Amino acid sequence: MTMRTKILAATAAALLVGAAVPAMAVTLRYANQGDLKSLDPYTVNETTTNAHLGHVYEGLTKRGKDLAIQPGLAERWEVSEDGLTWRFFLRKGVKFHNGNDFTADDVIFSANRVRAQGSNFQTRVPSNAEFVKVDDHTIDVKLKTPNPILNSQWDTWYILDKEWAEANNATAPTPAAATTPSYAALNANGTGPFKIESHQPGVKTVFKANKEWWDKPEHNLDEIVFTPIGSDATRVAALLSGEVDVIEPVPLQDIQRVNSSPNAKVLSGPELRTIFLGMDQTRDELLFSNVKGKNPFKDKRVREAFYKAIDVETIKSRVMRGLATPSALMIAPELFAHSKDFERPKYDLEGAKKLLAEAGYPNGFEVGMDCPNDRYVNDEAICQAVVSMLARAGIKVNLMAQPKAQYFAKVLKSGNYNTSFYLLGWTPGTFDSHNVLHDIEGCRDNPQSARGESNLGNFCNKKHDELTDKILVETDKAKRDQMIKEAFQITFDEYGYIPLHQQALAWGVSNKVKLNQRADNSVLLYWAQKTE
Amino acid sequence: MLAFIVRRALQAIGVLLAVGIIAFAMFRFAGDPVNQIVSIDTPAAEREQVRRSLGLDDPVPVQMARYLVRTAQGDFGVSYQFRQPVSDLLAERMPATLELALCATIFATVFGVLMGVYSGLKRDSVLAKVFQTISLIGISLPTFLIGILLIYLFAVTLGWLPSYGRGDTVQLGWWSTGLLTGSGLKALIMPSITLGLFQMTLIMRIVRAEMLEVLRTDYIKFARARGLTTRAIHFGHALKNTLVPVITIVGLQFGSVIAFAIITETVFQWPGMGLLFVQAVQNVDIPIMAAYLMLVALIFVAINLAVDILYTVVDPRLRTTIRQPT
Repeated sequence: MTMRTKILAATAAALLVGAAVPAMAVTLRYANQGDLKSLDPYTVNETTTNAHLGHVYEGLTKRGKDLAIQPGLAERWEVSEDGLTWRFFLRKGVKFHNGNDFTADDVIFSANRVRAQGSNFQTRVPSNAEFVKVDDHTIDVKLKTPNPILNSQWDTWYILDKEWAEANNATAPTPAAATTPSYAALNANGTGPFKIESHQPGVKTVFKANKEWWDKPEHNLDEIVFTPIGSDATRVAALLSGEVDVIEPVPLQDIQRVNSSPNAKVLSGPELRTIFLGMDQTRDELLFSNVKGKNPFKDKRVREAFYKAIDVETIKSRVMRGLATPSALMIAPELFAHSKDFERPKYDLEGAKKLLAEAGYPNGFEVGMDCPNDRYVNDEAICQAVVSMLARAGIKVNLMAQPKAQYFAKVLKSGNYNTSFYLLGWTPGTFDSHNVLHDIEGCRDNPQSARGESNLGNFCNKKHDELTDKILVETDKAKRDQMIKEAFQITFDEYGYIPLHQQALAWGVSNKVKLNQRADNSVLLYWAQKTE
Repeated sequence: MLAFIVRRALQAIGVLLAVGIIAFAMFRFAGDPVNQIVSIDTPAAEREQVRRSLGLDDPVPVQMARYLVRTAQGDFGVSYQFRQPVSDLLAERMPATLELALCATIFATVFGVLMGVYSGLKRDSVLAKVFQTISLIGISLPTFLIGILLIYLFAVTLGWLPSYGRGDTVQLGWWSTGLLTGSGLKALIMPSITLGLFQMTLIMRIVRAEMLEVLRTDYIKFARARGLTTRAIHFGHALKNTLVPVITIVGLQFGSVIAFAIITETVFQWPGMGLLFVQAVQNVDIPIMAAYLMLVALIFVAINLAVDILYTVVDPRLRTTIRQPT
């Protein structure tokens, strides 16, 4: 061995040793289909991103394993008699990752930042709410109108450190359309159970446990390594080979194979998202149909016929391989107490044909359908099933299934609601019925108002909208729930929408890991236990 | 010679401009970037705000002109998804792609030449037939399928090799390399084979055909008549003469290896430029798509230019026609 090869060998050996991971630390490796796109918690309101950042940042409230609201950075809160003042008592002794104390100033700063131009979370805090500092650890929020669900979304309104933001020129939120790079998009400083050790967007993010966290950790991890893996086959292979411990999602066709492997199993349960079909009920003539001069969907009998001609149980068993919960409502049963009072009308092909004949379409008609093919679980397959089911009732559906980028550009407001019949999925961001009643079922008649903006077919009922407005300010829970039920009953009776099902969550979890699955599909590893 | 290079450089600018224009015309069919940037329950007013601040409400020709002017100044813009300058992102991802392309090319050349020589010399042996079969598989199976098959065999079933990523990397200045760590080298094996298999079969077939051709020529017969050893004839004389087309192919194909790395990188979650591009297409991240396409076009143009220049150095006949263009 010459001197040179000796040096080379020594260097190589040193590098190999250096590359090995210390044996003691517990590292959990996690792969998701989606990516962690920005570390700024006000840039994109999206479940995956919010869940990731929930390890680092915290809000005044939290949601538990059952989604119930719990105290977070606020220990407790009181609402005044008139419902216009909320007093929040902040937790003492909490420190940000950089060592700064958490105080009322940080909350006020975050309240202004989250409502500033460029934030995607502006609706988290009412724009006219006033934040008043009582002392360093007490804050009053003064409202113009009562709001019973003021803090329902505050678990993902994450609190930032005022000094840190000011020192790093990050006082303004990183807009989704940032044209200059932003410090807060690449760095994080929260109060949460994990710190960000390194972040390479689209490649790898490493979280380290925060030893100084104010609460008692429920996890036993030292480190979380997150890798986005877009390809389904690769993600499943990485789980089966033991290279990652948790993956989300597991494609339906691979569930069996994961369950039969010795290393891992699939954790599944109903998700909060409702998949439904909508119909254009506003134009006088459908954009994509052979019926000219009138719009068949304006006739309630036609909508009812469509509803009854679609067999959700078959979609559940064949398309979804059993991993779906058929739904009668536009909201998941977990989110609305009276859901059980609604029962889905039975599949009835003969009844559907009869209704179509009564409405003047004994031979059916043609209609175009829009469907995404990379957004929801088996979305395109569901649409294909719907097409063949409607064909039996004489309806010829021309299916246009395309990637979400093109699909949403066509059907949303920016595309002028360019659709006649479509499939969409919705989870109310507030976990409250008002969001569904307002965004999905509200009338679209005022272009200035945000009401009904995602009501692509413009199902519209004035009485429904009056109820929605009352629900917004009603603070008595029982009365409020009763009104919500009334409003949902209207949509239900009018066949305004055809709800199909709640799709199922499917996480692949290594046998070494114990993990809690929350129904909103947030993968929260601060509840994970890993054994070596 | 200088005039030739200048002329080719001008043509290269024309090519890049054409690529930019075609790419921009196609982006309109990729979908609406705004929907990918914001969440589904974002109010329409906010969406319009985003659209305006990105300049997406301007007509396409205006957007294109603005983009070309900025690009000419070396500014590729900021990625819609990552809020980072595109040039930083590409620089960060480039080492991964180049290392992969290099390893794939070395794999393809070494094995392609060896197998080609063998099946050229021993045409009728069983091994030569096996090589021919392998080359058929390499040409006919799609890359992603080969990648997935390799993953299931070597990562899931046998557990020998990692199924995704680059392993541990070492930072040498701005260049991150996986060539210096054990896990980095292991992670390179399957992606390199997947990416290089097609080139390997191509090279093998060329070497084989050339060998058969050369072995029939007069100078080989003379060499035999002079009583040289078979080894000297095959490797000193025959192989040397087959290598000219091989070098040309390897050089020209290097550009397509980089461009085809898109599929391999997606299958193996290899954090290179190709994966970045695929993610960009899914999210309609126009700045990344545009910059990547321009970069790939630039690589192709540069390689072709280099090959052209080398030809003129090698072949005097070309030099005279260059001086007197007809």
